Amino acid sequence: MRVRGRAWKYGDNIDTDVIIPARYLNTSDPKELAKHVLEDLDPEFRSKMKPGDIIVAGENFGCGSSREHAPLAIKAAGVSCVIAKSFARIFYRNAINIGLPILEAPQAVDRIETGDELEVDFSSGEIRNLTKGEVYRANPFPDFIMEIIKAGGLVEWAKRRLKG
Amino acid sequence: MGMTIAEKILADHSEREEVKPGEIVMAKLDFVFGNDVTMPLAIKKFRELGVKRVFDRERIAIVLDHFTPNKDIKSAEQCKSSREFAKEMGIKWFFEGGSVGVEHCLLPELGLVLPGDLIIGADSHTCTYGALGAFATGVGSTDLAVAMATGEAWFRVPETMKFIYEGELQPYVTGKDLILHTIGDIGVNGALYKVMEFSGSVIEELSVEQRMTMSNMAIEAGAKTGIIEPDKKTLDYVKERAKRKFKVYKSDEDAKYYKVIEYDVTNWEPVVAFPHLPENTVPISKAAKMNIKIDQVFIGSCTNGRIEDLRMAAEILEGQKVAKWVRLIVIPCSPTVYWKALKEGLIEIFLEAGAVIGPPTCGPCLGGHMGVLASGERAVSTTNRNFVGRMGHPKSEVYLANPYVAAASAVLGRIASPEEVVK
Repeated sequence: MRVRGRAWKYGDNIDTDVIIPARYLNTSDPKELAKHVLEDLDPEFRSKMKPGDIIVAGENFGCGSSREHAPLAIKAAGVSCVIAKSFARIFYRNAINIGLPILEAPQAVDRIETGDELEVDFSSGEIRNLTKGEVYRANPFPDFIMEIIKAGGLVEWAKRRLKG
Repeated sequence: MGMTIAEKILADHSEREEVKPGEIVMAKLDFVFGNDVTMPLAIKKFRELGVKRVFDRERIAIVLDHFTPNKDIKSAEQCKSSREFAKEMGIKWFFEGGSVGVEHCLLPELGLVLPGDLIIGADSHTCTYGALGAFATGVGSTDLAVAMATGEAWFRVPETMKFIYEGELQPYVTGKDLILHTIGDIGVNGALYKVMEFSGSVIEELSVEQRMTMSNMAIEAGAKTGIIEPDKKTLDYVKERAKRKFKVYKSDEDAKYYKVIEYDVTNWEPVVAFPHLPENTVPISKAAKMNIKIDQVFIGSCTNGRIEDLRMAAEILEGQKVAKWVRLIVIPCSPTVYWKALKEGLIEIFLEAGAVIGPPTCGPCLGGHMGVLASGERAVSTTNRNFVGRMGHPKSEVYLANPYVAAASAVLGRIASPEEVVK
């Protein structure tokens, strides 16, 4: 699978409270959540981003709460992928579980700037920066996690297991 | 080769002789739970799985503690869907209204989470039960859904970092300060996907409640869980409450650690974590001199809402008044804690000081319901997170502290040291 979009770059420790503030957690409707994605970090993100755009961030992206509403809001907003130096572990699991593509790629994050046009190939882990003419590699996923990703998320994966 | 307590729990629950960091295991769970924010989404996913029954109706809890008593129609609908699911599935441990408390206070108090358990909860502060010697970690709603259906979850065996605390604790220095100091030292991703194992003579001397305060904030350093080997204090705490059998695990002498960090706490003082990360720690002697005026103080939460925390606050507030223009909110973290605080006269001390007492829920901690901050407002809070907008407006500020410091700050209307009030 390949996606293409513009980069939106943010710093380290982007927490789930700024991804989707608790005041909106009285619903789990992805469309409602998407309206407020990253609202407390960058109020303009929602209105300026286009479907397919890519969030690029530093260390520990998604730290804090276990709210799955955070990756859901990002996914429902149309973000095609999140690239970070590292992910907080609950967010990491949640993103894999609900099928939001994420990539750990420290070198890519150092180079990419907001507005760069990126093309990501999930099968090879290759990130092409079309603006800068550069290519970066993401850290590969463990086989087991690849299995969940390929199944389309944890629910589909578990369904097969329950049948098996 | 030796294993850590965390590795032993994961090995036993995945029916293996041994596990090593980095391995992925499927493991059987002893207990799983969710709350009114995470449960509705988990129910949706559970339905998608197409299963009719939960794996064990006595090993699941639903705790409606976040936006209750229902804050608005949407929250009421979320609670309703959780309640109906509980009825339909015959889930034994369902808490709301007069039975509800903050999940991480309630479940240990009722003996539902125990030493040696492998527990997942759809709430990041599930790591609290590590203080009892359990492997307990927060997950999202989809993991909870699959766990409710199968009684299993996958884990990547984490490496363990050992923290040894020696020396002598000074007055007003608490478990909260030990963990804040530690996060200040290693940073908010200093233990990313690691287990933090707390040990040393200082931990042995800490009460089980203060140990829970420490384990509660392991996630604030990015950790998978914060674990403490059970000792006599743990067993005394657990024995009178345990609803099931449990097993005590201890780390082997030759267990392998990713890192060992030793602290001498003798010169440590209470610390305040400044906005907007728990790692921004400042010693109280310095913070108190900065004349940081405040609008609200919150004493409560899964971090610091237990009876011992309320006793600390009452010690400072007895005979004092909350400063003009400051709102003090005190929330006992469970019905039992509320009762105890009432019988011990603590509630009276709080009321006389001018505090408002809230029902045993998460309250203002996550900025969704009750005690929400306006733009430019500052709060001192005994909670665990001070992220941007955590307790309300993105331009509000949260300073994390222990109950002594919070109470003293309420009295003086600025960030203050307990010693300024108790002379």
